[in-house]
Amino acid sequence: MKRLSFIFDDKLGIPLLIALGAAMIMVPVLNLMVPETNFFHVSTFTMSLWGKYLTYAMLAMAVDLVWGYLGILSLGHGVFFGLGGYAMGMYLMRQIGTRGEYGHPILPDFMVFLNWDKLPWFWHGFDMFPFAAVMIVLVPCLLALVFGWLAFKSRVTGVYLSIITQALTYSLMLAFFRNEMGFGGNNGLTDFKDLLGFSLLSDGTKAGLFAVTAGCLILAYLACRYLVSSKLGRVLAAIRDAEDRVRFLGYNVETVKLWVFVFSAGLAGIAGALYVPQVGIINPSEFSPLNSIEIVVWVAVGGRGTLYGAVAGALVVNWAKSYLTGALPDAWLFALGALFIVVTIFLPKGIAGLIRLRKEAA
Amino acid sequence: MIQPLKAFREFWPRDRVFDFLIPEIPPVLDTSHRVILYLEGISVSFDGFKAINDLNLYVDKGELRCIIGPNGAGKTTMMDIITGKTKPDSGIAWFGQTINLLSRTEPEIAEAGIGRKFQKPTVFEAHTVFENLELAMASDKRVVPTLFSSLTGEQKDMIDQTLEIVGLSESFKSRAGSLSHGQKQWLEIGMLLMQKPVLLLVDEPVAGMTRQEMEKTAELLTSLAGNRSIIVVEHDMDFVRSIARKVTVLHQGSILAEGNMDDIQNNPKVREVYLGE
Repeated sequence: MKRLSFIFDDKLGIPLLIALGAAMIMVPVLNLMVPETNFFHVSTFTMSLWGKYLTYAMLAMAVDLVWGYLGILSLGHGVFFGLGGYAMGMYLMRQIGTRGEYGHPILPDFMVFLNWDKLPWFWHGFDMFPFAAVMIVLVPCLLALVFGWLAFKSRVTGVYLSIITQALTYSLMLAFFRNEMGFGGNNGLTDFKDLLGFSLLSDGTKAGLFAVTAGCLILAYLACRYLVSSKLGRVLAAIRDAEDRVRFLGYNVETVKLWVFVFSAGLAGIAGALYVPQVGIINPSEFSPLNSIEIVVWVAVGGRGTLYGAVAGALVVNWAKSYLTGALPDAWLFALGALFIVVTIFLPKGIAGLIRLRKEAA
Repeated sequence: MIQPLKAFREFWPRDRVFDFLIPEIPPVLDTSHRVILYLEGISVSFDGFKAINDLNLYVDKGELRCIIGPNGAGKTTMMDIITGKTKPDSGIAWFGQTINLLSRTEPEIAEAGIGRKFQKPTVFEAHTVFENLELAMASDKRVVPTLFSSLTGEQKDMIDQTLEIVGLSESFKSRAGSLSHGQKQWLEIGMLLMQKPVLLLVDEPVAGMTRQEMEKTAELLTSLAGNRSIIVVEHDMDFVRSIARKVTVLHQGSILAEGNMDDIQNNPKVREVYLGE
């Protein structure tokens, strides 16, 4: 029991776990088993939409880990999400086979269109799911390792680090827009047919993807929760509050930052990989600097440094976004800006802070 | 055939390994001659200004030494040299008989057993008092061991002991940010103790403290001496009088006088430069 105390120590994380667990089972059941005419039926559209939000929630948690606990404001986590998504997209492209517009057995449509005669070297292996699964984690982690090593070893911190993470995501966006890169240019990768043999169009696959996403989010939450409640987690918060003091105590601050950053990038990569089959497309706009900033807004709204707050923030803000872009298409960006200002001024600890305040008052 | 090989004989002695293969074992602290810190002929200048000028200082094992001196006398620079933050232009600095401080980096010196408390208390405000001590504890500080570490009974006892020594047993669960100024100073001294230092450098511990807090700090420091050596830099003469057995007066980067408090106070040179008479 004591070994599991890291889960139960966080009183507000438990409702989240229960809700996620319930959603993981109930939503697919309500979609597949309950007839459409029934009031309790969950439409496939709604299910996929919330499946997408759950991947955003996972991404928000990855950002919360480095921002809320370690104090590194990364404005470039969209990069790791996007790379994970592209790795998944490449696998899905290879699965299309002869069913593409041009019917080429090996080359994806866009390569045939560009008159390429063979597969670029980095596309090899992506026809095998295990290889793709490894790449989904490995590629974002490697980029984070190289970037983090350069940035942290030269002790770039604070706003300067935030700016170079923006530059990173912007430069990747420009690179992926180019057709010569071999990732489908500005159209990206789309027209996916099936995943591990299951048709992506069927309700059953979509329900399965939803359940897997919810399950991954639960596992990611548990892993992050274990990390932040360990002694290393206390070191992270100490680095956030007094970096020099931690160094003086004999911890290697740069190494700690690097590994947590890499871990966070891996999580973001998995989130991206779960996002792509549910949305059906991945293109360079995922790397746009604005996307990465939006992630930070989710975390700020939810309450940083709490994990469950990041999840709640991502779900609430994205639900509001879907609602508002439908109801008042022009208002969304204003609403987002207003939200950020209101949260920063009146709710510095976000929704999580509000809930805590209520609990203490009661 | 054999002759040219013989020329290489000394490269393959089977009873020796190459020098670079021998792991470097850091020398153990040796205080067999009672002295724990030697500073000899230390000089350092910044842009032509001589902050330390031919300084000679010896501190004994278990001693509680007070260092006083007017502003700019070189007290902080001296601490910087001992902890490896500043390298002197000339002179030698040894920790015990075996450890050359000048050839070591800051973390290595901290590892060897010299702990330093800065003037302004920096504790981890969001953490509890207990967690602050836990983080400071001498342990394997690499990433993975830290991730999977859990407190042993022994380590818990050590934290409890330290809490008692610095008088924070009751507030072990409070956030460090909610402590009073004096309590923060004690917590920081506690954090230093968790690293089991042999020599403690304490910079102006009672600045901004109330009278009662000052008395408690004096008690704390005197009780700590003996098992470890302590160097206290302080301005407050009352405080120095209450703890000091031996006082060193620094002036313009070198030692002006050394002795017990009464000698110092009656020393005409000291009265002139320090007390302004």
